[in-house]
Amino acid sequence: MEFPEELKYSKEHEWVLVEGTVATIGITDYAQEQLGDIVFVELPAIGDKVTKDDAFCVVESVKAVSDVYAPVSGVVLEVNDDLPDSPDMLNEDVYGDGWMVKIEMSDTTDLDDLMTAAEYEEFVAREKE
Amino acid sequence: MPLRTPLHAAHAALGARFVEFGGWEMPVQYSGIIDEHVAVRTRAGLFDVSHMGEVEVSGAAAFETCQRLTVNDVARLRDGQCQYSLLCLPTGGVVDDVMVHRLAADRYLFCVNASNTEKDFAWMYEHRGNATVIDRSAEFAQIAVQGPRATAILTRLTALPLEQIPPFAFGEGPVAGHVALVAHTGYTGEDGWEIYCGPAAAPAIWAALLDAGQPHGLLPCGLGARDTLRLERCLPLYGHELTSETTPLEAGLAWVVRLNKGEFIGGDALREQKRRGLTRKLVGFEMVMPGIARQGYAILHDGAVVGAVTSGTKSPTLGKAIGLGYVAAACADTGSRLAIDIRGKAVAAITVTLPFYRR
Repeated sequence: MEFPEELKYSKEHEWVLVEGTVATIGITDYAQEQLGDIVFVELPAIGDKVTKDDAFCVVESVKAVSDVYAPVSGVVLEVNDDLPDSPDMLNEDVYGDGWMVKIEMSDTTDLDDLMTAAEYEEFVAREKE
Repeated sequence: MPLRTPLHAAHAALGARFVEFGGWEMPVQYSGIIDEHVAVRTRAGLFDVSHMGEVEVSGAAAFETCQRLTVNDVARLRDGQCQYSLLCLPTGGVVDDVMVHRLAADRYLFCVNASNTEKDFAWMYEHRGNATVIDRSAEFAQIAVQGPRATAILTRLTALPLEQIPPFAFGEGPVAGHVALVAHTGYTGEDGWEIYCGPAAAPAIWAALLDAGQPHGLLPCGLGARDTLRLERCLPLYGHELTSETTPLEAGLAWVVRLNKGEFIGGDALREQKRRGLTRKLVGFEMVMPGIARQGYAILHDGAVVGAVTSGTKSPTLGKAIGLGYVAAACADTGSRLAIDIRGKAVAAITVTLPFYRR
C-alpha cells in the first residue's frame, strides 16, 4: 500500500496535493482497497462551493455507496472528467489518473487538520487492527 | 460474536475480506468481486455456503407435511431429486425460499437461507403435523462449485457419475474421500454443483477442489460475486425480492406455485390474489442514464412514486447498471420508462425482459 510523501491525508481517507491555494483531492490507496471494484463516481460541478467535512462526491463499488468528504473548504475549479467513464481508474491509479477534483481553498488553515504520510500510515495501521 | 464456518481459516489464508451476513462472518471477496464473477461465468468459482441451514422432515407423514408447508408440488419429486420451492404465510407472504431434496419417500432435506434458519425451523416445526422436523444445520457444511468447468473439476474428486445426474437432482457418495451429498444445483446462473458434507470434512474437500480447479482457472468467490451473479440471472434473494410482505406471484415465481396441488399454507390467499389480479409486480430494469440503483431507492413513473428497488448493481457481464424492484402493475410492461430516485435525482431507467443474463 502506498502513502506518497508529498501528500496530506484526512481521517476520511482522502488525499490532498497542495499547490499554492489549490488542493487536488482524491481517495487513498487504502480507501480504494477497502471499497473494492469501483463502478461509479459522482463528481461535483465546476463552481460548486464545498465545505470541509461535508460529503461532496460519491463513489460506488459493486457492493456499496460511499460518500467522499471534503478535506478543505472552497470552490471547485476543475473535475476529472475521465473518471465517470472509467471509474476503475480509482482502483488502478488512485494518486495519478484517479484524482477527483481541484479546489480553490477559501481557508488554507483547513490543512492544519490533515495528516502527513507517516501519520496517515500509522492511522491506517491502527484502523486495520 | 458472529458464527464462523469450518472454512474460516481457509478463507483467511486466501486473503479473504470478511463481512457479517445473516449472523455469520463470511468472505465477501478474495481477489475482487468482478474477477470472481468473471471466473464463474467463464471458468469456475468456489463458494463456501456452509452458513445455509438444513432442516429434515421425516416419518410416515413427511410427504403430507412437505406438501402443506411448501407451494411447489412435492409429488413431482422422486428419490434423488430436488425442487426449488417457497414456504409461505397464510397471507401468501414469503417465509423463505428453499431447496427441497427427496432423500427417500419419507425423508426430505430442506436447504434454507442462513439468516432464516431459526425462523424456518420454528415455522416448519409448528406445522409439522405428524412428521418429525429436525434442524440438522450443525451437521452440514456446504461448498458450491459453479461455472462451465465445474463438472470437469468435480469429476476428478468423485466416482459419482456426474454426467448421469441431471440438473435438480443429486447423488450421494464420497468427494475427495469424504461422505457427501452432491446436488446439481446452484445460485449463479451457471452449471454447477452444491456439495453437502460434514463440517470436519469441509476443509479437505475445499482444498481438493481448489487444487483440482487450479488448471481450470477456478477462483474462490465471496458473497459479493454470489450477489452479482444471482442478480444477473434474476434469482430472488430473501430480504430483497422476497419478504413476508411480498407474494411469490408478485415476485414472478408463479411457475413454482402449484395452485392446483391441493391445500397448502398460503394457497387460499394466492388463489385469491391470482383471481383478483396483481396490483404490483417485480420488474427488471436497466439504467438509461449513469447511476446505480440500490435497495430501497424509490422508483418513479411520470414523476410519481410507483415502487421501490429491491436489488441493484452494475452487471459485470453486461457492463450496464441493472436492478430489480416492485412497481405498480400498470408500469410493469417491458419497455416501461421509469426513473430511479438516486440521492434526490430522477435518473432514467427502462424495464427489460428477464433474466438479464442467460447461459
